[in-house]
Amino acid sequence: MGLINPAAASEAGERTVVSEASPNFVTTTLDFLTNWARSNSLWPMPFGTACCAIEYMATAASRFDIARFGMERQSFSPRQADVFICAGRVPFKLAPVLRRIWDQMPQPKWCISMGACASTGNVFDNYTIVQGIDTLMPVDVYVPGCPPRPEGLIYGITLLQKKIRGESIVDEQLRQEQLVGPSGLFLPPERVDELSEPFGNSVHQTRSSS
Amino acid sequence: MTAPVSPSVAPLRAEFGAAVERHLISCGDTIIYVSRERSHDALAWLKDTPGQEFDYLTDVTAVDYRDPERPLEVVYQLRSLARRADLRVKVALDKRRPLEVRSVWDLWKGADWLEREVYDMFGVTFAGHPDLRRILMWDTYAEGFPLRKDFPLRGHFSRAEQTRQALAANPEAHYSLEELSIADAFAELPKDMQERLARGERGFLR
Repeated sequence: MGLINPAAASEAGERTVVSEASPNFVTTTLDFLTNWARSNSLWPMPFGTACCAIEYMATAASRFDIARFGMERQSFSPRQADVFICAGRVPFKLAPVLRRIWDQMPQPKWCISMGACASTGNVFDNYTIVQGIDTLMPVDVYVPGCPPRPEGLIYGITLLQKKIRGESIVDEQLRQEQLVGPSGLFLPPERVDELSEPFGNSVHQTRSSS
Repeated sequence: MTAPVSPSVAPLRAEFGAAVERHLISCGDTIIYVSRERSHDALAWLKDTPGQEFDYLTDVTAVDYRDPERPLEVVYQLRSLARRADLRVKVALDKRRPLEVRSVWDLWKGADWLEREVYDMFGVTFAGHPDLRRILMWDTYAEGFPLRKDFPLRGHFSRAEQTRQALAANPEAHYSLEELSIADAFAELPKDMQERLARGERGFLR
């Protein structure tokens, strides 16, 4: 049994096998060790743009102390970071900066979208705010809240650790870079539109014509 | 009890006559409407005439009303630091004609970025402004002027197109040497700094 690359499969019209490897005693033992090491030494790259960054600072400080989860080193350089934590709303003007920082991070890397603005755009369903950073980069964990309490972020971090512990070396897709393609986006445009669609009370605001 | 009219109104009317279209009092503040043609003269007069001395330009902004017939108004909020007096001057711009008014950058240097913001958000061009570019939105922003009432809240383009254009922008271009006007002052810089700049290093100047 091999793993299927869904993106390649949809383009080629057939299922493409990207890995023939299957888990065995060696790979699972290696997985256990690397995942144990990785999940307990995550270095965060905080990208704080708004009030969520205040909660992030509280999480990092002594009362909540994410050093307990192996995150004591705040990596303000993307090149020495493992987890990108986007805390706060992202305007379109900042989108290329965010994407460049993500591209500068070496694999293995993960992304936490902290708070409602980074995850969905929140109430800022307007011309200037990115409607969720998942339209710019792949996101592993979404932390809801406006802003989330430190406990919420810590729960998100533990979820990410749990996810990392489930990763496998035989999954060749896992460490693949998802770069901005020739269309100028890293997702198909329809997918970006779908992700950016209004929800909740926002659907009652019509997109007024020009 | 109604608030008193600003003492600047009568002398301004005496000086400019019909160019002072009307005045009204709103929430205790006097608002003077000046014609577009004489706005620069009137503001210069308010700044330089003894007894007026509105030496501080608090803000330049604009108002677009929902009613499409109603003109767009450019608002100048003036302050006299010595006299502790405020005055609001408005210039109504007919939307059927090009939205243009003379820049007051030559009177108050602080008008530079304020007028750029009004240009960015409303599309009002200020004749005589030294550097009229967008200031909040990026230079290549193509959707129009966001604070106009006919601008849809979510913008003209689809979200995918907005994201694509945003990702295609090169933010470093905004912080080029030209942007910081270092090129003009290059000869005045210390020798070591000139060498660093010639090598392409940045970051020591601001």
